[in-house]
Parts: sequence; structure tokens; C-alpha cells
Amino acid sequence: MATEFHNLQELRHSASLANKVFIQRDYTDGTVCKFQTKFPSELDSRIERTLFEDTVKMLNNYYAEAEKIGGQSYIEGCLACLTVYLVFLCIETRYDKVLKKISRYIQEQNEKVYAPRGLLITDPIERGMRVIEISVYEDRGSSGSSSGSSTTSSSGR
Amino acid sequence: MSAVMITRKVTRKWEKLPGKNTFCCDGRVMMGRQKGVFYLTLFLIVGTCSLFFAFECPYLAVHLSPAIPVFAVLLFVFVMAMLLRTSFSDPGVLPRALPEEANFIEMEIEAANGNVMAGQRPPPRIKNVQINNQIVKLKYCYTCKIFRPPRASHCSICDNCVDRFDHHCPWVGNCVGKRNYRYFYLFTLSLSLLTIYIFAFNIVHVVLRSVDSGFVNTIKETPGTVLEVLVCFFTLWSVVGLTGFHTYLISLNQTTNEDIKGSWSGKNRVQNPYSHKSIIKNCCEVLCSPTYPSVLDRRGVMLEDLSSPTPSDASAASTHQSSNPVSQTTKSSAPLIPNEHTPDEAKPGIGSGTQKSTSSPKEEKPPSPTSPNAVAPAVIKESSH
Repeated sequence: MATEFHNLQELRHSASLANKVFIQRDYTDGTVCKFQTKFPSELDSRIERTLFEDTVKMLNNYYAEAEKIGGQSYIEGCLACLTVYLVFLCIETRYDKVLKKISRYIQEQNEKVYAPRGLLITDPIERGMRVIEISVYEDRGSSGSSSGSSTTSSSGR
Repeated sequence: MSAVMITRKVTRKWEKLPGKNTFCCDGRVMMGRQKGVFYLTLFLIVGTCSLFFAFECPYLAVHLSPAIPVFAVLLFVFVMAMLLRTSFSDPGVLPRALPEEANFIEMEIEAANGNVMAGQRPPPRIKNVQINNQIVKLKYCYTCKIFRPPRASHCSICDNCVDRFDHHCPWVGNCVGKRNYRYFYLFTLSLSLLTIYIFAFNIVHVVLRSVDSGFVNTIKETPGTVLEVLVCFFTLWSVVGLTGFHTYLISLNQTTNEDIKGSWSGKNRVQNPYSHKSIIKNCCEVLCSPTYPSVLDRRGVMLEDLSSPTPSDASAASTHQSSNPVSQTTKSSAPLIPNEHTPDEAKPGIGSGTQKSTSSPKEEKPPSPTSPNAVAPAVIKESSH
């Protein structure tokens, strides 16, 4: 029943966008960046719950690491203040480094886990860190039942 | 490939951003809409310091110590750097929801509200979340089509939702939010020190010189002193007061917006869920937390070309969305669904392509007159929804 794709390239060329699922932020710990691990029902038939939860938990860990207030952030802050913030022209902030790690992780997850199942995760930074957008693809050659839902999502573009 | 050169005009994302910000230097600089008061701030600081360096410093360097002008220069450089950093950086603007996300949220709201009887007003769009055992209400922003994160607020001057919105400061010409609050605080703190420094050394200079040549002669020799003392005297009260106020807010981990609204005033046993209950921890969080990145990506290139589409280009354009699904929605200002809250300037911007094509700052007509209160430099501007 699940559409099979071998890699991201095949996904892009032979699939059409059917639906998008948005994983919202979890604000129970305050304003730190954290996403809800609740498994959305739309993905029930597409991916195993544990795989999805692992991805979101890993992302949450990365964001927690980026936003941690500790020794390194103090040093970075003091050094930046003393150099009138010119030091950021030369070095990357810790947050930027972690964002790069997150981007690589999402790319890897897309290639290994999500694309073979016809799904694609969008990096939250491209959506203002508000949501994790998961695009659900249907094989173009598959039954016409998917065309109804695809028209609603493509009409807004 | 055809032999004709297809010229691509590089369109950067800042040109298509909704909201009423001004951008300079090809998207590197981002400011609010009204910049007149900011220029006044610059003029006052640079002017007063120039007078100080011209009139007082030569005398003080010789008669007291050369360290005095050196320290003044360092302080001046720090003040200017903090001011420019506050004014030119992204305060923490939250990008508007793209159509799919907006529709998803609308469907969620409708599902939650159930059926509304005809003629009845639908219930207000509010989400309740529990943060540290406190119920916090998240309001829906009709302009940005999102539920605002906690502590975010919509600035009606800049027409953006800003994360950890503090206030819109006309003196700085920008909103003060999560990303630039510490620069704003350091600006007010260093400006207070600079003002006190110049004021004090003006007095010292006048006293020392009057001992030698008499008071009237001193004023004749250094007429700038009178001007400096006047500016410093009036600046002292407002800036030092503002610094004190913000020090108080930082120690409680509150924003100006929350303080004005009385969100955590303590009535109905409502307490600030973001406070760590320790002054040092609160200060550390506000001043020493990591530098947050801007989520706007102002200088990202939008995948557009203005050449006439050849057949191969047309097919490429139609499969554009499936060819690069991860970054397919590069237009962060995808067509807004116009409603009564959409500013009129945004409506014709749909698809026209050159809404903010000039990089030179141009003053847009403000729809409503905003007069910054001369006594309190901080002006809170927030839309009523």
C-alpha cells in the first residue's frame, strides 16, 4: 500500500504533493524551541510512530543544545560585548553551528527514512521555527483518490 | 542551451517580505518605517560628542589627564555600535504563515469551535497552553495568520509579529524584541554613562577654567559647553530613568509590553511563568543567552528570472515545485488572503514582483500619525487584535 521510492530524486520526479502536515511547537517548558512529539494521524499509514518520535526528539535535543545557557554562552556573550560584537564577523555563533548540524541531520533523515516512505521534512528554520512541515507525496501513477487532496493544497500556490 | 544569454535579475527575499520595514544595503540592514527620530538621536549623540572633543578635551587632556578623551572615545564608539546594532538588526520578526500552514490552522480552529449558529459571532481565537503551572493564552494574529508564540506581539508600526516583543522605540527607529533587546539595554546603559561622563567633565572643565580666567571668559572661549550641558541635563533624566526601568524589567524577566499590560501583576494569583525567581538567573537569561539567528533570511536569493520563458523554461517552472520540494516555497510573502486587517500596500503586491525593489530607504506615508511621547521615549504600539 505504501508507495516505494528509492531516493529523493525519484521522489521529486515521479511524485506529486498530496498533503502537508504541520507539527506545532510545544510551549510547556517556556519559550525554548521544542516541538510536539504527538504523532499526527495523517501519517498513521506512512511511517512508524517510533521513527517519527525519534526524529522529533533528536531535533528537540539539538535545539536545547543550541539554546543552553551555560559556560559557553557566557564566554561568547562577554567576548562579543568586549569586541563590540565585531567578533561575529569572524566566528560563527554556537546557534548557527547547531543549525547547520540540524540541517545536515534533516537531510540525512529525509534521504534514509522519509523519502523512501514518500515523505519530506522541511527544516523548521524555513518556517520561522514555528512548525515542522512534513510534505506527504503520492506517486503520480497511483490511484486518482489522491488527486482530490492534492488540488486543495496546490490551489493556494 | 540557447545562444541567447538569459539575464537573471537576482531578487533577494527581503524585497518580497510583507510588513512595513525599510531595508538597506541589499537586505543587510533592516529598520522600522519612521526614521526621523532615529536621525535626531544620531545627531544629538554625534553633535554633543563632537563639541566635547572640540572644546573640552584639549584642555582636560593637558591639565588633567590624556586618559579622559581616550575613555570618552571608547565610550562613544561603544554607544554608536550598540545604537546601530539595535537599529539595523532584525528584532526577531516572525514570518507570516504560508497558505498551506494558514489553511491547516484554520481547519484546526474550525474543528475546535464546532458549529457556529448563523448570526452568532464565532468565539475568539485563543489557544491555552500551560507553562510552568500557569495558563498562558496564545492569541491568533489575523495579519500573520498564526497563533502568536508566548511573549510575541504584533507591532502595528512595522506590521510584523515580533518574538519577545518589548516595545517599538522611535529613538532607535526599530522594534525591540528578542534578538536586539540586549543591544538596546547596553545602548541605554552606555549612553547613560556617556551622558554622565560628559556632564561631569563639563562641570570640571568650567570650574578649572574659571579659576584661571573667570566664569564669563570661560563661556566665551568654549561656547559649546553651554549646549552640551543643556543636552546632557535633559538626556540624563530620560535615559538614566529608562536604564533603571529596564534593569528592573530584566531582573524580573519581563518585557515592557507585559509590564504595561499588567500581565503578571499578581492579581488573580497570576505570576510570571518565565521568571527564574532569582535576579541573577533572570539577568543571565536576558543578557547572556545565545545570540538567536534571524529566521527571515533576508539575503536569500529567490529563484526567479525575468527573461521570456522558453519552452524548456516553462516546463522547468511548472515542475519547479516538485523539483526542489524542500525549498519550494521560497517566496516567504506568498499571496496573503486579504482581510480587513491586511494593509492596503500589501494587497497589490501579490505577484507584481517589485514591491520593495529599491534599496534606498524611502519614507512611506504613515497611515496614522504617530507622535512619540517626548517624556517617555518608549512607545508601545500594538494592534488591538
